[in-house]
Amino acid sequence: MSAVKSLVSKLTGIAFAILVIATINFVLVHSAPGDPALVIAGQSGATDAEFIEQIRRDYGLDQPWFVQYTSYLTKVVTLDLGYSVRQRADVSDLILERLGPTLLLTLSAFGLSLIGGVFFGALAGLRQGTWKDLAISLAALILYATPVFWFGLMLVLVFSINLEWFPAFGYANIRAASFTPWQYALDVARHLVLPAVTLAAIYMAVYTRLMRASLIEVSHEDHVKTARAKGLTEGRILRGHMLRNAAGPVITFAGLQAGALIGGAVVVETVFSWPGLGRLTFDSVTARDYPVLLGLFLVMSILVIAINLLTDLIHRLVDPRIGAR
Amino acid sequence: MPQFLKTFLRRPAGAVGLTLLALVTAMAIFAPLIYPASPWEMSGIPFSQPGENGMLMGADTLGRDIAAGVVHGARISIVIGIASTLTALLIGVTLGCVAGYAGGALDSAIVRFTEIFQTIPNFVLAILLVAILTPSIATIILAIGLVSWPPLARLTRAQVRSVSTREFVQAARCQGQSTLSVVVRHVLPNAISPIIVLGAMTVAAAILIEAALSFMGLGDPNYMSWGYMIGAGRTVIRQAWWMSVFPGLAILTTVIAINLVGEALNDALNPRISRA
Repeated sequence: MSAVKSLVSKLTGIAFAILVIATINFVLVHSAPGDPALVIAGQSGATDAEFIEQIRRDYGLDQPWFVQYTSYLTKVVTLDLGYSVRQRADVSDLILERLGPTLLLTLSAFGLSLIGGVFFGALAGLRQGTWKDLAISLAALILYATPVFWFGLMLVLVFSINLEWFPAFGYANIRAASFTPWQYALDVARHLVLPAVTLAAIYMAVYTRLMRASLIEVSHEDHVKTARAKGLTEGRILRGHMLRNAAGPVITFAGLQAGALIGGAVVVETVFSWPGLGRLTFDSVTARDYPVLLGLFLVMSILVIAINLLTDLIHRLVDPRIGAR
Repeated sequence: MPQFLKTFLRRPAGAVGLTLLALVTAMAIFAPLIYPASPWEMSGIPFSQPGENGMLMGADTLGRDIAAGVVHGARISIVIGIASTLTALLIGVTLGCVAGYAGGALDSAIVRFTEIFQTIPNFVLAILLVAILTPSIATIILAIGLVSWPPLARLTRAQVRSVSTREFVQAARCQGQSTLSVVVRHVLPNAISPIIVLGAMTVAAAILIEAALSFMGLGDPNYMSWGYMIGAGRTVIRQAWWMSVFPGLAILTTVIAINLVGEALNDALNPRISRA
């Protein structure tokens, strides 16, 4: 019963969030300096009065605002995100074909940062005050203050220009068409390493600091003292009594960071020419292709909501008490 | 206050952070004295290596002095960092105070609204705002402020809620003081210290967002900024590492300095929490 109820409240929450995001889009188009029709045209057809007039009619810009607003919301619900005059394509098609690479990049980075953060945080927390703790904490402090795009460039400088271990940019080799599926997967994986590490590193720093503090806190709890008094080995205490408890807050926080992760993907994809939503964002910014930008904002926000649901699921798996409550 | 200063400076984080921050601030203030010429001006041979032709950090693709750019870039970073944080504080503290003090339906409405804003990918919204409103210092400050307030609102709400149940607040209310005066004179001053700490961290985050925006080509075209320099040097990194390395180090140093100051502030202002 309560599961159905919580699902319903979650779904209304999501619907409301999408409504707010769509409203932001609508307000933005209409608060832009100048004519909204020019914004929609991406200022490309500014010279062509007839074209602007057609956009005005198509988008109902001559209608009162609430008519425009409801028609915009209806379009969003039916996944009609408008038309990019610049790219001569439907915005939803443009976004859909870029979705895969972004999912691959963000989900790998998400997993990597979570696993790495829990690992290094636990290591630092267990060896509190030793050189290992100090080194990990210092690295986390520095990484946390590093601009993501610059970190990516530095990795390119070291690992692809100097050491030539990984490709500096792109998604797959140009000759990928002649590859077998296995060769292709391996090739994409090689291209994925640097962008994923770049995106993961910053969040890994955050999770490491959090995991360290959380583990130290858990290690003072009574049930851990009991386990120690029973004579369990340190390894078993860590695995059986501390790790899950300590990782809980880290996973919750990771879910909250999903929005930042997607934002980070935008700059990382720009640096590595990764053909995902982020790269599309950069190209649309450069071309001032507003319909695409507005659509991207909507889709990326929905992506964040999806990642939030995913972390919720992970949290339930790690800590079964949540589902039972 | 001397006790506070002592605690602040006794922590190595506070001393190191403050020194670095003073250095960057001095760079920002005295930029026109250190490098009187415009950082946009060509002052040497393009692609000069660091140390060559009298240019400490080399020259970029158009022969502009990287060191001059780094020094002048400090100005825009610090101005935007502080101004956008003030914007975020204005929105966040106001909403947090209203939600925390009023409670009830207004509170849950504001909490819901804040949660949604926290879900939205804030960098993407900042891109959208700056791109549509056309890039300038004012729109960049507005955009960063508009995407940075939710954590401040949440913290302020929690603080105000806990302080407003205290006896001296009830006493002030019983005296017949207006709600505004109770909140501004009695509640806020006792709730403010963690908000100051988070505000310091917000400045650091704002500087990172500004750098990323100008890296994406959404900086104010009239001012030299670190993010712009990295973006411009990115395409030639194979031939000229110095064009992107030095501005990046400048961002890194500034952000670390502010984070360290923030941590030391936290220890000095909230002695009970810091013992973890």
